[in-house]
Amino acid sequence: MSSLLIHSPILIIAIPLLAAFLTPFISRVSDRARDALVIATLVFVEFLVIILAVDIYRDGPHIYALGASSPLLAMPEHYMVPVRIVLQVDAMSIFMGMISATVSLAAAIYSVSFMRNETGKDKFYTLLLLLTVGMMGLEFTGDMFNLFIFLEILSISGAALAAFRTNFADALEGGFKYMCISAVAALMILFAVGIFYAQYNLLNIAALGQAIQYTMLDKIALTLLMMAFFMKLAGVPLHMWAPDTYSVAPAGITPMIYVASQACMYALFRVCFSLYGVTLNTLTIGWIVIVIGVLSMFVGVTMAVRQSDIKRLMAYHAVSQSGYMLLGVGVGLAVLGNPQALAAYGKQAMEGGIFHIINNAMYKGLLFLTAEALFYSLGTRDLNKMGGIAANMRYTSIFFMIGALAISGIPPFNGFASKLLIYESVYQFNPMLSVIAMMISIITLASFVKVFQSAFTGPILPHFRVVKEVPGPMLGGMGILTAIIIFFSLFPGLIVDQLIHPAVEALISRGAYINAIMGGMQ
Amino acid sequence: MMETPSGFWGPVPWIISTVVAVVIACLIRTLGEKEHKSGVQGQEFLMGNPRLPEEKSHIRAHNIYWGFFQGLRRYYEHATNMHTGIINDYIIWFLSLLAIMLMIVFVVEVI
Repeated sequence: MSSLLIHSPILIIAIPLLAAFLTPFISRVSDRARDALVIATLVFVEFLVIILAVDIYRDGPHIYALGASSPLLAMPEHYMVPVRIVLQVDAMSIFMGMISATVSLAAAIYSVSFMRNETGKDKFYTLLLLLTVGMMGLEFTGDMFNLFIFLEILSISGAALAAFRTNFADALEGGFKYMCISAVAALMILFAVGIFYAQYNLLNIAALGQAIQYTMLDKIALTLLMMAFFMKLAGVPLHMWAPDTYSVAPAGITPMIYVASQACMYALFRVCFSLYGVTLNTLTIGWIVIVIGVLSMFVGVTMAVRQSDIKRLMAYHAVSQSGYMLLGVGVGLAVLGNPQALAAYGKQAMEGGIFHIINNAMYKGLLFLTAEALFYSLGTRDLNKMGGIAANMRYTSIFFMIGALAISGIPPFNGFASKLLIYESVYQFNPMLSVIAMMISIITLASFVKVFQSAFTGPILPHFRVVKEVPGPMLGGMGILTAIIIFFSLFPGLIVDQLIHPAVEALISRGAYINAIMGGMQ
Repeated sequence: MMETPSGFWGPVPWIISTVVAVVIACLIRTLGEKEHKSGVQGQEFLMGNPRLPEEKSHIRAHNIYWGFFQGLRRYYEHATNMHTGIINDYIIWFLSLLAIMLMIVFVVEVI
């Protein structure tokens, strides 16, 4: 067991990678065997993530150096800097890993039924597993170049999956747009990595964090990295690809691409807090993050409420909810250089923002799945053509209601808990920001009332009288996410104390992140 | 219980309070009129017009919040025009924001 634990950081990436390349071969033998392989792989990844998380929360971060005589040997003998590929998994990384593993598993279970009548499933599941690899690698990597590599894996598989249903013309367009923006973002990151390497001869994040001096070139690199991650996480005004891509991706894949965007948000936080930390002008950079967050909240929700395509509506809400996370963590970043403000409200603002990441991954994932369940059963995404579906799709209606109440921040659901933390702590930083955040929540509720009224309530339309509930595995995928939402809603204190607080501490403890690799070489 | 900057949040007391409130509401409801008549009394009355078939009485999504969109008409004109759906425009937004960010990062340091 201890050997499994030591090797778990690399196994979490390597096992789905191996399974991804096995999938086309197994697919030739039997569809059921392939489905079983994919589900079993993701269950095992979830298991590894959980045991690794338990160990990290109990004993501290894990390091895994590839090619070393011992995986714990980050620094080769007689070397002053780490030169190997290093995975560095702390409480923040594993927190994101848990989100990615859980959503990937739910998505795969959901896809078993949803993709039953589609062709090319060998490629579909290969790409699904590669997307999981990309997310996990991005979250676990300890060096900038591999961050770029895993971002590329994530982007290429995400674009291919978004364009997977080639029988829909807009699917190709959505995939193409995702590929374009990802290529631009990747180019910016590669440029920034080049700047670091040219200046410091280093790629390892911890070693770079120790050496960085916030020179003019470092400022350019920071700007390029921030812009790339804002683009990938769909921060306004770089959000416009999100509705085009999220709305056309197959069910199950939309939540995964959304979680992949959150992985990019994690990368943004890692760069700001662990790589640059207090060397940068935290107030300025913090305010940039806050402004992008507020714009995302406002533009996202106001565009969402106007949509009549249910998946586009959900996609704009995804943009809006990302704004809450940027707002919470942005306030923490803005006061990072002020220990009193950080202790008074900065940490709790960050806790709110990071709690919102996991909450949102669960209820936004659920809402995307319910939207696709409607499309599966009704054959349309147009809310104007829907009505009275609740009578025939009771479980989907219940799942939708739970997701809608949670995202709108209605107590006692988990969305309320994370938003409450954000409202109260951000209020101490700037009351107006808190007021805007509350107003956005009201419009979010109004938007989901519109969906519920137009799709689920009222008399059932004659052509939908024969509509039936979606198959069991699709309900199972939604059920997993619903169960997690209810658990998080009932025990928010437990989640914040056990998962969120250590993640925030890991993010702001730059010295600990650097020391884990560099040891006493300060 | 989850601690917040100015207090705490506990969902269980909230759920118990809600259940108590629902029970009280149900009790009050039992005190209401018991001689309800079915038939015409339960039907909607639309200015003397004949009753619409059920499926035609459903309010569709595009009719909801009409007043809200009218009030914010100018904002929505701008916001909708901004979302062209053209990838070239997305990249122009990216480059514009990149230029603004570079200016902010450098100008703030100079000040």
